[in-house]
Amino acid sequence: MEILIPNKEQAGCGLSGIINRKGELIKGEVIIESICCQMERGNGLGAGYAAYGIYPEFAEYYCLHVMADTKQALKDVEEILAHKCYLVHQERIPTRATPGIVSPPRFRRYFVKPRYEGEIREICEGTVDEDDYMVELVMYINKNVSGAYVISSGRNMGAFKGVGFPDQIANFFRLEEYSAYIWTAHNRFPTNTPGWWGGAHPFTILDWSIVHNGEISSYGTNRRYLEMFGYHCTLLTDTEVVAYLLDLLIRRHGLPIELACMALAPPFWQEIDRMEEPEKSVCTAIRAVYGAAMLNGPFAILFAYNGGLVGLNDRVKLRPLVAAKKGDFYYMASEEAAIRAICPDPEEVWCPKAGEPVIVELEPHTIPNQRSYLRGEPLRISAPICRFPLAEAEEEEE
Amino acid sequence: MNPQKENVKTSAPKPRKKKIQFSKFYPDFLIERDWDKCIKCKICIRECTYEAHGWDKKRETLTEDHSKCVGCHRCEAMCPTGAITIKRHPSAFREHDTWKPWFIKNVYKQADTGGVLLAATGCAVPFRNYWDHLVLDACQVTNPPIDPLREPMELRTYLGPKPDKLEVTLEDDKFHLQTKVGPWIKLEVPIMFAAMSYGAISLHVHQGLARAAKELGTLYNTGEGGLHASLYEYGSNTIVQCASGRFGLHVDYLNAGVAIEIKIGQGAKPGIGGHLPGEKVTEEISKTRMIPVGSDAISPAPHHDIYSIEDLRGLIYALKEATEYKKLVFVKIAAVHNAPAIASGIVRAGADVVVLDGLRGGTGAAPTMFRDYVGIPIELALAAVDERLRQEGIRNQASLVVSGGIRCSADVVKAIALGADAVYIGTPALIAVGCTMCGRCFTGKCPWGIATNNPDLIKRLDPDTAFEKIYNLVHGWAHEIQELLGAMGLNSIESLRGNRDKLRAVGLNEVELRILGVKHAGE
Repeated sequence: MEILIPNKEQAGCGLSGIINRKGELIKGEVIIESICCQMERGNGLGAGYAAYGIYPEFAEYYCLHVMADTKQALKDVEEILAHKCYLVHQERIPTRATPGIVSPPRFRRYFVKPRYEGEIREICEGTVDEDDYMVELVMYINKNVSGAYVISSGRNMGAFKGVGFPDQIANFFRLEEYSAYIWTAHNRFPTNTPGWWGGAHPFTILDWSIVHNGEISSYGTNRRYLEMFGYHCTLLTDTEVVAYLLDLLIRRHGLPIELACMALAPPFWQEIDRMEEPEKSVCTAIRAVYGAAMLNGPFAILFAYNGGLVGLNDRVKLRPLVAAKKGDFYYMASEEAAIRAICPDPEEVWCPKAGEPVIVELEPHTIPNQRSYLRGEPLRISAPICRFPLAEAEEEEE
Repeated sequence: MNPQKENVKTSAPKPRKKKIQFSKFYPDFLIERDWDKCIKCKICIRECTYEAHGWDKKRETLTEDHSKCVGCHRCEAMCPTGAITIKRHPSAFREHDTWKPWFIKNVYKQADTGGVLLAATGCAVPFRNYWDHLVLDACQVTNPPIDPLREPMELRTYLGPKPDKLEVTLEDDKFHLQTKVGPWIKLEVPIMFAAMSYGAISLHVHQGLARAAKELGTLYNTGEGGLHASLYEYGSNTIVQCASGRFGLHVDYLNAGVAIEIKIGQGAKPGIGGHLPGEKVTEEISKTRMIPVGSDAISPAPHHDIYSIEDLRGLIYALKEATEYKKLVFVKIAAVHNAPAIASGIVRAGADVVVLDGLRGGTGAAPTMFRDYVGIPIELALAAVDERLRQEGIRNQASLVVSGGIRCSADVVKAIALGADAVYIGTPALIAVGCTMCGRCFTGKCPWGIATNNPDLIKRLDPDTAFEKIYNLVHGWAHEIQELLGAMGLNSIESLRGNRDKLRAVGLNEVELRILGVKHAGE
């Protein structure tokens, strides 16, 4: 694997995401067309896709996509997996030789379940604790096996990414052969971090996947905050922290997704000072306690989990993000053109405001193991909340 | 020309002292008077509290005793015609890199008196100043700098323990906080005024600090000398200190502020207590400190109820009980070799805020050897403590405040980037009200009316001026911090906290880089 250091200095990445609320599968060609419409937003140094619902036959198993420089690195990973997991299936990730893709690393996928040792086995097996187990395992491999990286680790989902233009990467991974109910895609223009295969987006942990346009100026603060909770940033890029922050805030701390988004892009103190109770004390506490989780700097991100897709801008909206809706399909992208390329007649198109998340969840009970993070754990309401510019402004909890 | 000089030889010979005083032979400063400009108004005589200026009645002319000059520049500043210049005395010893004049003169002083060398201000030895080897980042192209004059730029900081996570419930379509949080202290600017006791500095300076803290939305610290009755109204901006001498400490005092600081140590003199000479203990001081007029106020080196970490825990909770858990408890230590482990113990003992005071921390009186050679630089201590608390997963359980050698707003920014929640400034606030760092605070004769309680001298600095100067200083610094943050592409101070990626070092070695957790410039 080569590490290419970019010599251009210009910012801009392209994002695109689609979700079908009824869980209807969308062909790979659709997302490829959308992201390729934003070709000018990348420079051929990185592209990637995340797809949900692609491994229904192994839906109960965590699927590890592993990228490795050498056979030895793969062996090392397999050694660890043999000790730590039950392995139900493994295979090469099918690829094809693609003009313009030079010296790609090896890709393999492993469908696994955690393997607990000793007494904790009865307590932990089959519980939510399995997620923590997998996070630790992924962190361990990324940190300790040189030349191998787990690039995705969720159930019934996968990430495909590398150095190249989005059409090349799609061709390389034969993405037209996959169908998913959520797709996200990224076209990269790397600037502050090296262009290498591991550094391409999306970044994932468990079934969280992130594509990101922007630069996270608070990276140092975020990274050190995450280290306190056992997350290690190994992929040399700022976007990684977003994946881990979401996992920490939403899955481990159980914050409702609205409040987690607020922690990432909080309102200004001058707004909080004008708020009424109980909002005011919630916001104050979020800012005081999760100050180190705030993402500062220009960004537009799309993040997905197996039950939904979320778009979020920084608190002063320094990067573009457009959303649209047609029937059960929801679209989010850097540019309206990328949406219209695949949906020429959307019912609604809008630009989300700074710091205002667009959260679209699947309808309840659409898929097995569906996750829903809207409105807190105890009173989880599975109805989708999709923030429109005017219609549902009062829905906001910020 | 100095007409005076012709007559020097003819002046009556002074009565010979019994013992020769070598230290008087070599003055530190030279009072240079421009006789063409001097109008003999005698203001210099009135202004100089050290009697360096004199009047020769016979010859009706001014005289000067260079050996008495401390270099405070009061006469120079007050001279209506600008006739006076205070210079380093040009008289020189033979060059010697080991036996510099400083050491030679100190030996003379001790040989003359047999005493302990006393000094004020902070460490004067040119140990490496790490602030001066750290540079900050700024945005270019890939992310836009933010202009604080046009966009919000937030410096608000909450001090106090933060829970690991928050829990909320949903009722009536609104989120309600379930986790109990606070009490927290809200600072509008992450700069507080360090402990300087009433007694060490004048009441006017205390009044100025209190008012400035209130206007700026920050806190000042009473120091260990109690709280003057006139300052109780500034309670919401006050930290009251509980030091080993327990001067002026009663339950109303403990409840007067928003926080109580247990002073274990001070950066300027780690391992020893304070000493307020009896000369400075006037009627008002005596009332506030609850000690007799004219008696020395000597704080013991240890707190005699703290001989171990569990005793500290005892005191922390005694203070919390006495104030019904409404006040935060700060614990201040001098930065010493083992600071990270000590700080960890303090957090676990229940302190809400840990204060680290570094080697260069100021003082009004400290043995010179302690001031110059005991303790470690705050930059290294801060980096190590922050890292240690993070490794132990307890960084959120207490806030971290640092002090000792912070000279400008860039130092504040660097301290926060290394991991501090806020800083204390002491010396800059005093310089703001006229201090010239002459370092003779312990004499009680401060000609600028700062470190004195002499009723005539304190008039030289009125509380309004003190307030205005201190307010202006911090206001200016706050704006500079906003500009620096904006240039880094951040619009909130919490995104700078512990963000060592924003720092690069110039000219530090690998050990220093590792401890600071900072990359070298160019990396």
